[in-house]
Amino acid sequence: MSKEKVMEKSNLIKVLQTEQKKEGFISDAAIERIAEEFDLPVVEVEGVVSFYTQFKRVPPGKYQIMVCDGTACHIIGSTLILNWITDDLGIKDGETDEEGLFSLESVACLGCCSLAPVISINGKVYGKLDRKKLLKIIADYKKKEAAGA
Amino acid sequence: MIKRIKVGMASCGIAAGAGEVLELLKEIAQDKEVVEVGCIGHCYAEPLVEVETDSGNYIFEKVQPKEKDLQKLLELDEFTRFQPHNLRIDKERLLITSLAGKIVPTSLDEYKDHKGYEGLKKALEMKPDEIVEEVKTSKLRGRGGGGFPAGLKWSFLAAKESEQKVLICNADEGDPGAFMDRTLMESLPHQVIEGMLIGAKATGARKLFIYCRAEYPLAVKNLNIAIEQIEKEGLNIIDGEPVDIMVKEGAGAFVCGEETALIHSLEGKRGTPRYRPPYPTDYGFHGYPSAINNVETFANVPFIVREGGAKFAETGTENSTGTKLFALAGDLKYSGLVEVPMGISIGEVVYDIGGAEPGSVKAVQIGGPSGGCIPADHFDTPIDYDSLTSLGAIMGSGGLIVIGNDRCMVETARYFLEFTTRESCGKCTFCRIGTKRMLETLERITGGEGSTEDVELLSDLGNKIIRGSLCGLGQTAPNPVLSTLKYFNNEYLAHVEEGFCSAMECKALVDVFIDQETCIECGQCIKNCPVDCISEDYVVDNEVCTRCNSCIEVCPVDAIARIAKGGEVSVRN
Ligand SMILES: Cc1cc2nc3c(=O)[nH]c(=O)nc-3n(C[C@H](O)[C@H](O)[C@H](O)COP(=O)(O)O)c2cc1C
Ligand code: SF4
Ligand code: SF4
Ligand code: SF4
Ligand code: FES
Ligand code: FES
Repeated sequence: MSKEKVMEKSNLIKVLQTEQKKEGFISDAAIERIAEEFDLPVVEVEGVVSFYTQFKRVPPGKYQIMVCDGTACHIIGSTLILNWITDDLGIKDGETDEEGLFSLESVACLGCCSLAPVISINGKVYGKLDRKKLLKIIADYKKKEAAGA
Repeated sequence: MIKRIKVGMASCGIAAGAGEVLELLKEIAQDKEVVEVGCIGHCYAEPLVEVETDSGNYIFEKVQPKEKDLQKLLELDEFTRFQPHNLRIDKERLLITSLAGKIVPTSLDEYKDHKGYEGLKKALEMKPDEIVEEVKTSKLRGRGGGGFPAGLKWSFLAAKESEQKVLICNADEGDPGAFMDRTLMESLPHQVIEGMLIGAKATGARKLFIYCRAEYPLAVKNLNIAIEQIEKEGLNIIDGEPVDIMVKEGAGAFVCGEETALIHSLEGKRGTPRYRPPYPTDYGFHGYPSAINNVETFANVPFIVREGGAKFAETGTENSTGTKLFALAGDLKYSGLVEVPMGISIGEVVYDIGGAEPGSVKAVQIGGPSGGCIPADHFDTPIDYDSLTSLGAIMGSGGLIVIGNDRCMVETARYFLEFTTRESCGKCTFCRIGTKRMLETLERITGGEGSTEDVELLSDLGNKIIRGSLCGLGQTAPNPVLSTLKYFNNEYLAHVEEGFCSAMECKALVDVFIDQETCIECGQCIKNCPVDCISEDYVVDNEVCTRCNSCIEVCPVDAIARIAKGGEVSVRN
């Protein structure tokens, strides 16, 4: 293989990231298409996708809730936060609800530990949470959705 | 007169609401220049706004996006001005973050006005081995955790003959509670790049990568802007040849911070480590000789070349020179980013800078999942590579979590081990299966089903994993457990022998109890219990209760608490 060809493969992760940004997840069809583009076996692309936690194989909800479970947030009580969301929305870590509205995922440090405990919804960060604040935030999203629907 | 207004728009500022403040400021102060800057380190006081005037600069803390508040700020109101506490000012030493939050991160001109790229200019007139010598004189050690002498690593790469050499900046920052590197990249992208370009001149590398954690979009953005700016001005031309710098985003795998795994990931493969030797300086990216340094390591380099290695070595201790950045968080008052001279004691950082109440803290965790805990009675230990290692912790990359008296050390150890178990790449049996076994054992202990044999099993397994693992992930994964076993053995024993978790944290070892004397029968707890396990006369059915704490949170009179299982005495207050 020429050096040129090998260099190209180093763009595989980048291409997968672009796909993920566009579609929100990596579908089977996308894997097949990308494997073809790179002239790689499908299993090899699958292998790369499954290795990195950033890549999702199922479509996320319209509102992606990320609960920070970095060290600072964990110590200050992220487990309780996660459970309160589960109790409220009926979805566990890694799940999306049936309407495809909310999905829930625990992640490592969101980078604002001084605001612990922290969650983010579609990238917007909410910090210094207690139960009341948390449930209000989620209720507001539900309201917004009900009003729009 | 107001010259311009700076809003702290690093990640944590944005999270605290700086974006809204910025919008509103632009609206009501249309005749003024409002700019976005990075992090000044006092994250606990965000959102922070600094007003530059003819007669000096004034910082305002916890600025709310309200017109009234902002008007006050524009009038330079004295009462809401921010004054960092004196103890911190005395103890910190700003060698590399002095410009953070002071200049616009993406302004090349402003960086240049503050001696930016002077180090590079000087380096371009030096011989490569003179630069390497300068870095050796500085005794700069790698800030990514291992502490390997940077000058020595560069000399290895410089000595290689090859058609292509590669220099990589490790910006994967995987410790789940650390944000030093992110802050540097967001706030001072040019400084990191200047360090890399000096490294390129010193080592002969002409292909440069920055491998950045995917969760850092702002860092990636600012780096890319900075790269475009220097390319336009030709600052990336070394010995008549343009140097190629590229930002590559990681995809969320802790192990990719390990250098051989990082190289695999850069090549587009699964990020699994491989056996070393060969070291990357012999066989790196696509086989080319490559050197990898941490973000903070590179950020130190401009100062070293500009001011001289000897000057740099004046700060710190004999074997650990310069400063270290720490991301301070946990049970303390002033969390945020601090830069301190090496050799400062842990206590000074925790109490004097962090403002933690003496007596309220039982330990710190340094170095994240690869590091260990250090108990409060060792807080006079100086922060340098060797002292920390001798205590069973490591310098690590700079995550420093303060653990208050009311936290469970067994649970903390379990948390870190769960992280490393999940992140193990699975290549080595001891790391893959061993950490899993350790985790199960810890879960037995926190789950109230552990025995004294389990406690012994932990240290036995831990030592085997250290010996039987290929890369640093496995070799350090047992550290949080081993160090808590060493310093907090009593907590482990209380869990297994008495079924007692003094922090009331381990669910299986606590009951939820309503104090009928205090209860005012408001009914809130019943309404909010997700499993309907509180009876009409306010008694909790602890068989059904999930210990979710919802009732405790909603009770208006604090009548509900976690208590030791089976007991009714030791109410946690
Ligand atoms: C599991 C694992 C994760 C690591 N993560 C990082 C990281 O996030 N950032 C970093 O700079 N070094 C990390 N390292 C250390 C690197 O392998 C390497 O030693 C370092 O980047 C070298 O740079 P330095 O000499 O400037 O410290 C990690 C090592 C291991 C074993
Ligand atoms: S020690 Fe663990 S993470 Fe490292 S190579 Fe072995 S299995 Fe993978
Ligand atoms: S802790 Fe949760 S489950 Fe238990 S009684 Fe209170 S609200 Fe109900
Ligand atoms: S919430 Fe508190 S005060 Fe109200 S009924 Fe429950 S225990 Fe009593
Ligand atoms: S640990 Fe949650 S933001 Fe850092
Ligand atoms: S991120 Fe703003 S002060 Fe730290």
